[in-house]
Amino acid sequence: MSDLTRDQIRHLSQLAHLNLTDEELDRVSDELDQIVDSVARVQEAASEDIEATSHPIALTNVFRADVVRGVLSQEEALSGAPEAETGRFKVPAILDEDDR
Amino acid sequence: MNHHEMIRLTALQMAEELRKKTFSSVELTRAHFERIYEIDGTAEAGIHAYLHLNEDEAYAVAAEVDAIRAAGGAEAEQLHPYAGVPIAIKDNIVTIGQPTTAASKMLEGWMSPYDATVIRTIRAAKLPILGKNNMDEFAMGSTTEYSAFGVTRNPWDLNRAPGGSGGGSAAAVAAFMAPWALGSDTGGSIREPAAFTGTVGTKPTYGSVSRYGLIAMASSFDQIGPHARTTADAAALHQLIAGHDPKDATSLRTSWDGLLDAAQNQDLRGMRIGVLDELQGPGFTDEIDRQFETVLDMLRDAGAIVSIVECPNIKYALPAYYLVVPSEASSNLARFDGLRYGNRVVPHEGATAAEVMAASREAGFGDEVKRRIILGTYALSAGYVDAYYSSAQRVRTLVQQDLNKAFEKVDVMIGPTTPTVAVPMGEQVSDPVSMYLDDVVTTPANLAGIPAISIPGGTADHGMPVGMHIQGPAKADEVVYRVAAGLERLIEEATGVPFYDRAPELTAAVTMEGERL
Repeated sequence: MSDLTRDQIRHLSQLAHLNLTDEELDRVSDELDQIVDSVARVQEAASEDIEATSHPIALTNVFRADVVRGVLSQEEALSGAPEAETGRFKVPAILDEDDR
Repeated sequence: MNHHEMIRLTALQMAEELRKKTFSSVELTRAHFERIYEIDGTAEAGIHAYLHLNEDEAYAVAAEVDAIRAAGGAEAEQLHPYAGVPIAIKDNIVTIGQPTTAASKMLEGWMSPYDATVIRTIRAAKLPILGKNNMDEFAMGSTTEYSAFGVTRNPWDLNRAPGGSGGGSAAAVAAFMAPWALGSDTGGSIREPAAFTGTVGTKPTYGSVSRYGLIAMASSFDQIGPHARTTADAAALHQLIAGHDPKDATSLRTSWDGLLDAAQNQDLRGMRIGVLDELQGPGFTDEIDRQFETVLDMLRDAGAIVSIVECPNIKYALPAYYLVVPSEASSNLARFDGLRYGNRVVPHEGATAAEVMAASREAGFGDEVKRRIILGTYALSAGYVDAYYSSAQRVRTLVQQDLNKAFEKVDVMIGPTTPTVAVPMGEQVSDPVSMYLDDVVTTPANLAGIPAISIPGGTADHGMPVGMHIQGPAKADEVVYRVAAGLERLIEEATGVPFYDRAPELTAAVTMEGERL
């Protein structure tokens, strides 16, 4: 069995900004335990001297000239926003959270 | 030609008949919508391949194509050869004017302000877009039972899953509700539903088709590709959408002009075809193994040279996939928090940003998505990143090296696409590990970025389709199509009919009244 505990799952879900109910925590704990057990054997094959591959093809930086091109209008950019106000995205306050 | 006959043509045949004016694009589009209205139904009773229908725009495009053809002259000559042939789109490819939800409540009702590059190509070629197809939420799943808007069913047996995550696209194509569709393949999401529904699905070489406008699950794995009923149709659609895109930094500067020609060159003589020793036997049903042996005999009789190849690290591909993909997914999906993207849930007055994010993500994501986000967060967390994520990335290197070595000896490799035929609905929802095992054959191609295709290779248990999986070296998509088309021809010659014509005849009575549900 993996060493993944219910408390760890709760902590991970908080890190991922997911509120899990107690019932979900129970279920996810069992399932993740099984999943982690079944995937942990990657460690058998992967010795330190093997280079890690992050991407299937070699990547190079792509640059382009710093010129204005066709872009979304302000209206188009805001069209999918949950909330907007005076032409800007409106989100809950973050900076003064500690004062609440 | 009546509507029933029209929709059973291949996409390339439709294109030819449109050019000859045997029927119009409006008639062809109407025939498909009639079929959709007749059998698609709902998640409770029907196939439920579509989440959204795009009738007004589809008819407008079709009418435009018809008018240009009727007028003749230079504009008609410049029409794309496939203009007027309808297409369906997986719901994680963004489209102006239609909802794009990735089958998630998180994006319910969202309308994209821009088109994916592939959609711009489709629009430029004037292919009427029939609508958006159902899928597993954010492309996570192997059955299309994880859509937030209800399951899709397999047209070959409505009690079985169509495979995932592109089950809606594959089912639409299999049930003659679209001649072809665009899907996305991160670990088999085009090929596995193709296998389960008796259709053709391709995962192109990574970088051959622009991912701009594809809602990302795992960016170094995702690839847009075609669903179709024949190899030639898949090659034609692949060739249409492939090419360099400056909006995608991973897009290759390679020419893909020979794909359709390759799919029409079906000569298998002298082709070196490898069978992966590690992907046979345990886990694969006897009937699948038997059908595979039959296919190998056909290939040998046609002059192909079949040999066993070894990829000793391939057994680690699936676990590596299920560590790296959730890691990339947890990062990609972090933007869906109700603040930056996605539907916002405010749990109480004056809720903090963190409370809004947590409430939005709790309400917006389904079980499989949450499971993978937590798994990815775990694999990337301090103390575990070396053991899991980094180890998996090293395995990726080993799998690539193994495959490169194998492709020095053979032109392509072949095997069954899935260990079993389509599973009964509900069977794997409570057993994610079992569901993940469905992807054992398909995931290595995504780890290595190589091209792979699934084509129908006969039937097995319960008369359900068996997929045959052909993969080749990176950028050798032409070779993959050539072998696939050759095998397709052999299978058709053996039975006397195209495989897609062997699908059960579905009617409204079957799908709506639930006689077979």
